[in-house]
Amino acid sequence: MTNESFRIPGQGRLGQARLARFSFDGEGLAGLEGDTLASALLANGIHLVGRSFKYHRPRGILSAGAEEPNALVGIHRDAARRTPNVRATVQELYDGLNAVSQNRWPSLKFDVGAVNDLASPFLSAGFYYKTFMWPKAAWKQFYEPNIRAAAGLGVAPDLPDPDRYSARFAHCDVLVLGGGAAGIAAALAAAEAGARVIIADEQAQLGGSLRFETGARIGGAAGWDWAQASAARLAAMDNVRVLTRATAFGYYAQNFVGLVERVSDHLPQPMPDLPRERLWQVRAKRVVLATGAIERHMVFADNDRPGIMLASAARTYFNHYGVAVGRNVGVYTANDSAYHAAIDFKKAGVNIAAIVDLRDNPQGAAVDEARALGIEINAGRAVIAATGRQRINAMVVRPKNGGASRAIPVDALLTSAGWTPSVHLFSQSRGKVAFDEATRRFLPGDYAQDCVSVGACNGTDNLADTIAEAIAAGEKAAKEAGAKVSKGFKLKAETPEGWAGGMIGAAPGAGLDAKVKAFVDFQNDVTAKDIRQAVREGMRSIEHVKRFTTNGMATDQGKTSNIHGLAIAAETLDKPIPEVGLTTFRAPYTPVTFGAIVNHARGELFDPTRRTAIHPWAETHGAVFEDVGQWKRAWYFPRPGEDMHAAVDRECRTVRNAAGIFDASTLGKIEVVGPDAAAFMELLYTNPWKRLDTGRCRYGIMLREDGFIYDDGVVGRLAEDRFHVTTTTGGAARVMNHMEDYLQTEFPHLKVYLTSISEQWAVIAVQGPKSRDIIAPLVEGIDLSNEAMPHMSVREGRICGVPTRLFRMSFTGERGFEINVPADYGQAVWEAVWAEGEKHGACAYGTEAMHVLRAEKGYIIVGQDTDGTVTPNDAGLDWAVGKKKADFVGIRGLARPDLGMPDRKQLVGLRTRDPKLVLEEGAQIVADPRQPIPMKMIGHVTSSYWSENCGHSIALALVERGRERIGETLWVPMPDATIEVEVTGTVFFDEKGERLNG
Amino acid sequence: MARAARRLSEQINLSRRPALEGSETVMPWVTVRPSGPLSRLSLRAPEASVSALSKALGVTLPGKPKSSAEKAGRAVLWLGPDEWLVLDGAGNLASALQGVKQFHSAVDVSHRNVGIVVAGEGAEAALNAGCPGDLSLAAFPVGACSRTVLGKIEIVLWRKAEHEFHVECWRSFSDYAFAFLTEATRDAGQP
Repeated sequence: MTNESFRIPGQGRLGQARLARFSFDGEGLAGLEGDTLASALLANGIHLVGRSFKYHRPRGILSAGAEEPNALVGIHRDAARRTPNVRATVQELYDGLNAVSQNRWPSLKFDVGAVNDLASPFLSAGFYYKTFMWPKAAWKQFYEPNIRAAAGLGVAPDLPDPDRYSARFAHCDVLVLGGGAAGIAAALAAAEAGARVIIADEQAQLGGSLRFETGARIGGAAGWDWAQASAARLAAMDNVRVLTRATAFGYYAQNFVGLVERVSDHLPQPMPDLPRERLWQVRAKRVVLATGAIERHMVFADNDRPGIMLASAARTYFNHYGVAVGRNVGVYTANDSAYHAAIDFKKAGVNIAAIVDLRDNPQGAAVDEARALGIEINAGRAVIAATGRQRINAMVVRPKNGGASRAIPVDALLTSAGWTPSVHLFSQSRGKVAFDEATRRFLPGDYAQDCVSVGACNGTDNLADTIAEAIAAGEKAAKEAGAKVSKGFKLKAETPEGWAGGMIGAAPGAGLDAKVKAFVDFQNDVTAKDIRQAVREGMRSIEHVKRFTTNGMATDQGKTSNIHGLAIAAETLDKPIPEVGLTTFRAPYTPVTFGAIVNHARGELFDPTRRTAIHPWAETHGAVFEDVGQWKRAWYFPRPGEDMHAAVDRECRTVRNAAGIFDASTLGKIEVVGPDAAAFMELLYTNPWKRLDTGRCRYGIMLREDGFIYDDGVVGRLAEDRFHVTTTTGGAARVMNHMEDYLQTEFPHLKVYLTSISEQWAVIAVQGPKSRDIIAPLVEGIDLSNEAMPHMSVREGRICGVPTRLFRMSFTGERGFEINVPADYGQAVWEAVWAEGEKHGACAYGTEAMHVLRAEKGYIIVGQDTDGTVTPNDAGLDWAVGKKKADFVGIRGLARPDLGMPDRKQLVGLRTRDPKLVLEEGAQIVADPRQPIPMKMIGHVTSSYWSENCGHSIALALVERGRERIGETLWVPMPDATIEVEVTGTVFFDEKGERLNG
Repeated sequence: MARAARRLSEQINLSRRPALEGSETVMPWVTVRPSGPLSRLSLRAPEASVSALSKALGVTLPGKPKSSAEKAGRAVLWLGPDEWLVLDGAGNLASALQGVKQFHSAVDVSHRNVGIVVAGEGAEAALNAGCPGDLSLAAFPVGACSRTVLGKIEIVLWRKAEHEFHVECWRSFSDYAFAFLTEATRDAGQP
């Protein structure tokens, strides 16, 4: 275990925190509880943590936050928990943490892929697109396999994710995003006014930049202490929810914000009930954006050497974690804020080799203080290079306009080019950013939603102004959300520090003609030269430059790189920055796991599984189930030794010889009630309904406006003003919507209401010659004789002592009944029917036998024998269209000339010449198998089965001029043979329909 | 045959076998249990019929969105400008409105729906795992009700007490609803 040699005693806030052991690439190390992985590595003197994406250059830690582009590591908890691309600057240390570096082979210090750095002239901007172009043959054999092998960062886990993820919806008056000084002040002001407040921050503790800005004093206390006291105060208020480790990643319409809370990634042994992450979906009346600013690096040659980092990051490691990032530190800046880092270091005894300041004559308190501490200040100078491959060992300094250079030895270099306001979420809210010429930065301009930006993200550089602005915004938001602001909330704040100033674009030495690698976007390996090349190759829009170079793409979203890249493009184009424009910020702000997005919706909660009341019986009787939409339906009931075919053949035989019992509960059912019920039915169905007697049923067809079949089903009239409508299983929900839609928009004058009763009734179909004998002993108060209750009638009465709607109907061609009973009685009635059925040799049958039996009779299934282009006439159902009706949905569509053409495809039967051969559903049909390919296809098979009852295979098909062709021979070309078929009518069994009353 | 029918059907004494029978999830902070069988009516009616229907039901149909009315074990939940869900724990609603002449549609949905009771300090959090509505007492007070969603299904949600909610879903979705709420209870320990 290495010694934490860079932790400075007495420095930072971790104090006597407990030791946390961890490993990095197998090396055992120690840090402190409260560290991030980055601070713990730095405490051990480790800067080299990864290899860059394209050139495999050694990379160190750039930042101390979510903007980190370099220090992406894998965190391995166990075989299934291997998270790639974790920002070491965000990952909190826990005892036992195991981290590995990425994008290197065989090791981080010796990486074969680094040869890409030497080959970089061939891998310059847009090389990927160029591989598409030339030479053509090379793409498939060379470029694609090699690019695929090299692409990607980190390794995705290959086992199912064992962790749990949860989700929560929340509402509030004021949502404050960002828990720095501005966010806390805004939240306090809104909360004190009585508003419901949620404040979220991505770090483990609120405080933001007060973490490093030690000079700040707020409300009479040191900034950090005030932040912690305020966080406790907020957490104790009933109207406030404080979310830490929660990143707002997306800002959507109507103040809907998505956040991910990292619940247990920081715990050594997460409790089993704790989710790993929790997705928060928050709807807020008002949003306060207090997202701060991100420091920019300086763009100069080899600015990616490990040991070079943002000044504020180094200060965070020093002032918060007590870690010095070096012992002999250089500073390269263009503004004041980096001076405070040098001052903090120097005061604690860390040597500052020199401050290099691009400004010719920097002035002010910070400069004076640095000078007073004896720090060497090189004004008007630039760092034009850094040496040291795996760790910086010197910075090369020269006057910014040219001249002699000298190398100053350093072991770390802090850079600051100024601060970029974080307008990501503002931009995601569809707000428009505006370029502020004076400060050369983009700030929130026109707002599109009910939100407001405060503090650094709004360009407010001074702490006192920030606090005042935040309090005003918090109170205003609370008031607008309906809270009563009585007493004004006040807070005094001061700091000697400010975030103004800086520069954007390439620094001296990385200018227009420079050939050096001066990185703009570390994560995507984009240099200043690449951006200039993109412009030279014709990219004019910044969106094109972005895609050509990949600057600011992917997970990074340009946090550190956007503005530098834009400035370089603008300079090369010789255009003002606002004319070149800013690229769009896209959600997510930082990567979001699929686990968080999916959250509860996995396993049995991925999609509802719907089961009928009779399902348990089918399960215990060995049913094999098939999925029909979300439903589980009994497919067939194999007996010992039976395969599917044997079971289905037996079920089909038994139904026609004795009887079969079938669970039809999934059918859609709608109760249509009201004095205009019949009038409504007339309009929704093609059939006439007005003269249907109470107690009778009719097979109805429903069309869309275009005249094509939409659904079908049997409808029973229970009373003058009450119909019991059935729909297909799959059509249940959409038919209900279709009917409700027409009722509300086209026929609102009709006095009728629709109620879904699909699940009120369990439906037991009893079909076959013995069906009446089976149910008769169970039925009360209904005369079941053919005379009293003919085919297609419905009666209300009782069965087994419970209420029933008993339908006499058939989807098999046999005498049949459908017993509707309230669902909670479904299984008990089924069991009673089953007991009776067994006495008569009946069997339970499933959906497959049901399909075969109905096909034997030529009954269509909407969606199988129709496909949305089939009219009633095409399907041979012209008889179901009321010819005398003046109106129904689809009547105009049916009148279109092309729907009456004689060459339309019509439903017919097919018999194979070889009776044993069963056609494939979907197979194409041709008239002449000897015609040249491509042949003219004149139709296709819609349904096809072996019919045990007929003793041969049967099929239904849609065939051009089908009914004219009855008796003709057609051909079904298949890969191995061309099958000869004869066109027949659609009824294969009991053509006269005598068995319905048999 | 009629006599035979009476004999056999009299021997069979069917009681309801509701979905979720025997299911239960108990956490220190929240429990999820089926409500037990209820009598239910889906009631649709225009404004003009409301007073006659109220009289017949013995409960005044609420007219305010997301509100309910309750009397003597019978509750009426407002679901839309012309739609109510009537629930009765003891009585049988099937014939309650038979004498009402004014235009309306009363459909027995006693078995269509399944009731689930979510109770305890963590009830609100458990529901908000999948229900996007604002369930704070201010926005959704005791007695409030709403047709809304839970995860991937439609539900009717009714607040019976500060820490007690009644969830109604269709029968075949009750497995999903119960499993979802059970999963959600695990993360409902913190408010």
